[in-house]
Amino acid sequence: MSEVLDHRRVAPDDGGYGGPAVVVRGLRRRFGERVVLDGIDLEIGRDEFVALLGRSGSGKSTLLRALAGLDPDYEGSCLVPDARSVVFQEPRLLPWRRVLQNVVLGLPRGAHARRQGTDALTEVGLADHAGAWPATLSGGEAQRVALARALVREPALLLLDEPFGALDALTRLKMHALLADLCRRHRPAVLLVTHDVDEAIALADRVLVLDGGNLAVDRRVDLDRPRDRTAPGFASLRQELLAALGVEP
Amino acid sequence: MTVVDAPGAAVLAPPGAAAPALPPDLTLREAWPQRSRRRRRVLPRGVRRLVGPLLLVAAWYALTASGTIDARTLAPPTDVVRAGADLWAEGELQAHLLASLRRASVGLGIGVTLGIALATITGLLRVADDLLDPAVQVLRAVPVLGLLPLVIIWFGIGEAPKLALVAIGTAFPVYVNTHAGIRGVDAKLVEAATTFGLRRAALIRHVVLPGAVPGFLVGLRFALTGAWLIMIVAEQINAKTGIGFLMNEARAWFRTDIIVLGLAIYGVLGLVTDGIVRLLERALLSWRRGFTGA
Repeated sequence: MSEVLDHRRVAPDDGGYGGPAVVVRGLRRRFGERVVLDGIDLEIGRDEFVALLGRSGSGKSTLLRALAGLDPDYEGSCLVPDARSVVFQEPRLLPWRRVLQNVVLGLPRGAHARRQGTDALTEVGLADHAGAWPATLSGGEAQRVALARALVREPALLLLDEPFGALDALTRLKMHALLADLCRRHRPAVLLVTHDVDEAIALADRVLVLDGGNLAVDRRVDLDRPRDRTAPGFASLRQELLAALGVEP
Repeated sequence: MTVVDAPGAAVLAPPGAAAPALPPDLTLREAWPQRSRRRRRVLPRGVRRLVGPLLLVAAWYALTASGTIDARTLAPPTDVVRAGADLWAEGELQAHLLASLRRASVGLGIGVTLGIALATITGLLRVADDLLDPAVQVLRAVPVLGLLPLVIIWFGIGEAPKLALVAIGTAFPVYVNTHAGIRGVDAKLVEAATTFGLRRAALIRHVVLPGAVPGFLVGLRFALTGAWLIMIVAEQINAKTGIGFLMNEARAWFRTDIIVLGLAIYGVLGLVTDGIVRLLERALLSWRRGFTGA
């Protein structure tokens, strides 16, 4: 399990904690003989949006699962905040709970939670689906409910594991805009695992590429928002990242 | 309608190569012919479902009333109805029916509770599963009615052995299917729920048990069928009440009308309990969007 981020240890001198939201030191993870993560060092700032790229099987999801507290078998240290939420590639809604109940799952029961849940659904534009069964939702709607369920907990760290990978291209673009908007309002630290270079550049403050168990690229994205795919900076960064991923243009 | 030419059909051919000739005729047909598209129902669904049983009774009447089948072999439906009306008027039918219903529901209640409890323990705890499940599987292979002599020795000849048989016979199907239901709950859902801070008790309540409900209902169906089957046998041994006793007594007097009446009552009870499970399914599984038939 990930250790809870100890504020005193990381930021000893200031009452309002201004340090990073994630501190990873020497993170190693082996599956049998195979070393998937080979001593990762990583810090993510308080409201920083980090995209993690990597080829399939490069260990992106392994890193995310370690940060999520879903992996008991890593070596090294992973300091993360208590308030963290995960959105997976599949919505993973409970089919036997209505949409609103799914959103407030695990929150203390009551009118307060219900109001919070309704607010979160309003934010993702699904307030009128509060009483619907998950089976009646489209893929994009279900993933928006999963986003609402993650945000209703006011996470300090939002972990996204290829959340738009199963959506069609049009829906994905809409989801990008929605996610950017939500992150601006809630300001969590975000780690977005994706294999889509355009998605990473469009959304992130910083892009990482995981290769051979190490972070091969760690690069800030200094493009104006909203980001235009035709801007010269976009295209050159895209080329660079694709090359790092082993795709020759 | 025929299509003579399909533009763009040669796109895949290598550049420069001549496109292969298209067959001159292509017949097009409506994807779903108009006349067989969903029509308005002539009969409501409930009425349609009655047609089968009614045809069965009609055939029975035709065969017995015409004398093709002798009344001593199988009484015609009219005699069965008369026998039922007579027994009802004497107040006997109600008493026997009540006794049977009581046995079935008490035995079923015990069996279902046992089955759920055992399945929950073995479904949730690996240790309990390793210790108990093999034993349960071995016991399950023993035919319930084979236990009859043993049950009589253990519980005597009163109500207890009948309840015990029904309870044993219903506990197993509920156990097996509920256990499978719990084990079949999607691990991804459990994982997602843990990331939202759900701990053991809440996980069981919100994720594991609701996910096992479909399996449990399958088990309950089997249990209900089994309960009536066991009742028929149990009530013919050392009983003074119940539909089975009524039939057994009728046998001594060659009253096939009463025997068939008993069988019909068992049949109706089976249908009614099946209907109750259907209602339960509709209430508990309303979140599922299954195929309901054309």
